[in-house]
Amino acid sequence: MSIKVKTKFGRRSFIKRSAVAAGGFAIGFSWLYSCDHTAKSVSKLPKEWFNFNGYLKIGDNGMVTIMSPNPEIGQNVKTSMPMIVAEELDVDWGKVIVEQAPLDTTLYGVPFISKVLGQLEAPKSGRQIAGGSNSIRNSWDALRLAGASARNMILKAASKIWGVSIHELITENGFVINPKTGQKNHYGAFAAAAAEVEIPEEVELKAPSDYKIIGTSKKNVDGLKIATGQSLFGIDVMKEGMKIAVLIHPPGFGLTLKRFDADQAKQMPGVFDVFRIDAYDGETQKSSFDIAAFRDIVVVVASTTWQAMEAKKAVKCEWIEADDVKTKISSFGRDSYFDFPKGLESTEDHIKKLGEIEKSRIKIVRKDGNPESAFENAYRIIEKSYSAPFLPHNTMEPMNFFADVTADKAHLIGPIQTPSIMESSVAARLGMSNDQVHIEMTRMGGGFGRRLYGHFLVEAAAISQYLGVPIKLIYSREDDMTSGVFRPAYRATYRAAIDKNNNVTAFHVRAGGIPSSPLAANRFPAGAYDNYLAESYSVKSNITTGAFRAPRSNFIAGAEQSFLDELAEALGKDPIDYRLELLDRATNNPVGKKNDYDPKRFAEVIRLAKKESDWETQKEGIYRGFAAYFCHRSYVADVVDLKIENGKTVVEKVFVAVDCGIVVNKDAAINLIEGGTVDGIGTAMFGGLSLKEGVPQQKNFNEYRLIRHIESPKSIDVHFVENGKSPTGLGEPMYPPVMGALANAMYKATGKRFYRQPFIKDLKA
Amino acid sequence: MTSFELNINGKKLEVEVDASTPLLWVLRDHLKLVGTKFGCGIAQCGACTVLLDGNAIRSCQLPISAVGNQELTTIEGLSDDGSHPLQKAWVEVDVPQCGYCQAGQIMQAASLLNKNPNPSDEEIQSVMSGNICRCGTYLRIKEAINMAAKNS
Repeated sequence: MSIKVKTKFGRRSFIKRSAVAAGGFAIGFSWLYSCDHTAKSVSKLPKEWFNFNGYLKIGDNGMVTIMSPNPEIGQNVKTSMPMIVAEELDVDWGKVIVEQAPLDTTLYGVPFISKVLGQLEAPKSGRQIAGGSNSIRNSWDALRLAGASARNMILKAASKIWGVSIHELITENGFVINPKTGQKNHYGAFAAAAAEVEIPEEVELKAPSDYKIIGTSKKNVDGLKIATGQSLFGIDVMKEGMKIAVLIHPPGFGLTLKRFDADQAKQMPGVFDVFRIDAYDGETQKSSFDIAAFRDIVVVVASTTWQAMEAKKAVKCEWIEADDVKTKISSFGRDSYFDFPKGLESTEDHIKKLGEIEKSRIKIVRKDGNPESAFENAYRIIEKSYSAPFLPHNTMEPMNFFADVTADKAHLIGPIQTPSIMESSVAARLGMSNDQVHIEMTRMGGGFGRRLYGHFLVEAAAISQYLGVPIKLIYSREDDMTSGVFRPAYRATYRAAIDKNNNVTAFHVRAGGIPSSPLAANRFPAGAYDNYLAESYSVKSNITTGAFRAPRSNFIAGAEQSFLDELAEALGKDPIDYRLELLDRATNNPVGKKNDYDPKRFAEVIRLAKKESDWETQKEGIYRGFAAYFCHRSYVADVVDLKIENGKTVVEKVFVAVDCGIVVNKDAAINLIEGGTVDGIGTAMFGGLSLKEGVPQQKNFNEYRLIRHIESPKSIDVHFVENGKSPTGLGEPMYPPVMGALANAMYKATGKRFYRQPFIKDLKA
Repeated sequence: MTSFELNINGKKLEVEVDASTPLLWVLRDHLKLVGTKFGCGIAQCGACTVLLDGNAIRSCQLPISAVGNQELTTIEGLSDDGSHPLQKAWVEVDVPQCGYCQAGQIMQAASLLNKNPNPSDEEIQSVMSGNICRCGTYLRIKEAINMAAKNS
């Protein structure tokens, strides 16, 4: 059974003119590599491509090119987004070529299907963004409509050419077929005629039960290119006449450049210039995405990377303390400020301040019932505090960008999660209009939120404009790790009031951070406790911070899930049974009206984890911990199994149950969940950046510990809730809860509770 | 600037660079072989791994003057067409997420299998621990190495 949907695509999004490409044969994978991974497939290129809409082109021989609109950071939307288009287009995945779409937010704006009318709502301005685990969720409708509309136009063309009613025809795997007469031909035969057909006002979408591509496992479209070392990343970009730029920023926060001496550096081989530049000249920081710890930088430009790096060592810089910074910006449409106080901050002061402010300057965010009274009359109170440090994102590929700025044009190429937002920033900095700025997205060697903040694009553009030559700006690992935009430092204190009969009479969370709180007051367990209090606080700082994989959740989930574990133990209850008991309450008789989760879905994913992990069976030498969390619209439950080997805790296995609705690319989803699970364990165990008088104490991987092969779980078992609901998010939701499950398992293994991340510090003690 | 003759991926190539230039940057900037990646510059992450006479080394820390006429293999030279058992296994197991570390992982794995054609899981985890994967694809790397070992 299919779904009929009215479309209202603007004419603009359906460019039907053909772009003539080279014809002839293509041999081997290096020239034409379709999504069918047979190493030596001979594929004939079409003589002509017909562009149906921004999303797909059909060649006159039936080959299909599908454009992947969103930036690729390793979440593999480059495979899964085209899969959705291919499904509704009804083609053979083996005949599909995928290309990275250009930045064009009118074309790739995301219209969505109104639930009430079954009608398409007008396109919103573009979401070619990698962030918030939103790519598939936001584009689910647009991608399906793109494929279905093109299929409809092919059918119309076929019906004209064959002189039969469109209702006599079906499609199958890229062929139009008249079942009655046996007439059959591939889409390519109708592509030219389809260009003359009217854009459909109504299309049929497949029912999930008819899916042939969505829900299966397709290999990463760039898999072979990655395995053979082809040029894919921003740092790989090479252009004629390009120079290499490296930068010098202050060694610590709260410092700025006084003066520099480049006399020696300028004499060194290959050096083109050494100069000082303000990355955001004047008032060009527009939004929170323009955050930059160090605006005033020294730049060294040379012919090659090594020459630039060597010359950089010869530059002598003098630093002074910076003033207060207060810059007006717009944050999600509202006026806001970059507000950085002067001073040289240290971690010990941060820890002290968090503890002090937690006692004094708090804001009530949610209160249900009368928690104060419950605490006053409690038989006993459990109170625990949790903390976690700043985290640098440490994408494997350091920050970099290519820029070629001429008098009236700026051409930029590189890794950026927010190309459309940064287009405005670059234009402002260069004194150009948005139309003059052209940003090309490369594949990214990791994002994790760091590449939302594109100051490095603005830097690259400013440098190229100043010099009048194309340049590629490359950050060293040290530049990268110490350039801020960290995950905030956090602290949270939880309290539970328990009466004589072992009932929890009140639940209280007070959560804060530098510079902002991780609190999500309306999430579980809000709604499950009659008397509930959620408070937040924040500490001003000049350490720059930003979104980091699963912002806020990446700390609060672990803290909350550790506390619920300890609370369950105090009550003498099994931790999973206790969650289910609370979710029962939230389902049948919820407290308050603004509970930001579906308790039934939450309970279901927890039951799946309980079942698949065989939770009720005690296993010799296995220490088990449980946690579950809801964020980015997806539900995840974890069971971590630890063993003790040679006196060390080893992660033997992790069971992960996930409800993210329809899973588009099954094996890729499993890969992503495995990765997020490993990342969560690594962060909780080892991650953390400390500061001494503004200077980061970890600058490279010899000082900053990332999880490696030997520390990773021996196996990870992933299970999906199959509920046919529209896809939600998967880049982030599995990252937070595993940290709680790990802490809870470590308690069972060592008899110690772990309240402070990274756990390794307290493990060694 | 000095002239160096290199024996790389079965070819003899000449470059003119400063003798202190790390092999990594000779490969990337001068020979345009960008498969070998820059991750940290201090031999802590493994993204720059290449083979020197079949042994894995971190090219970010090897000055070009120390290479001599030893046989160099980069990811580009592992095969002409992705047909090396490790490359095939990497595709079959669908290992990468962002993909940035993977060339280094494959080269380190190639070195491992050169010396130890049938490594245990413990040996794999131990030898591969110099290579960071920020996306956490370690389990798949292990699976791909096991697959390649079987198919070699």
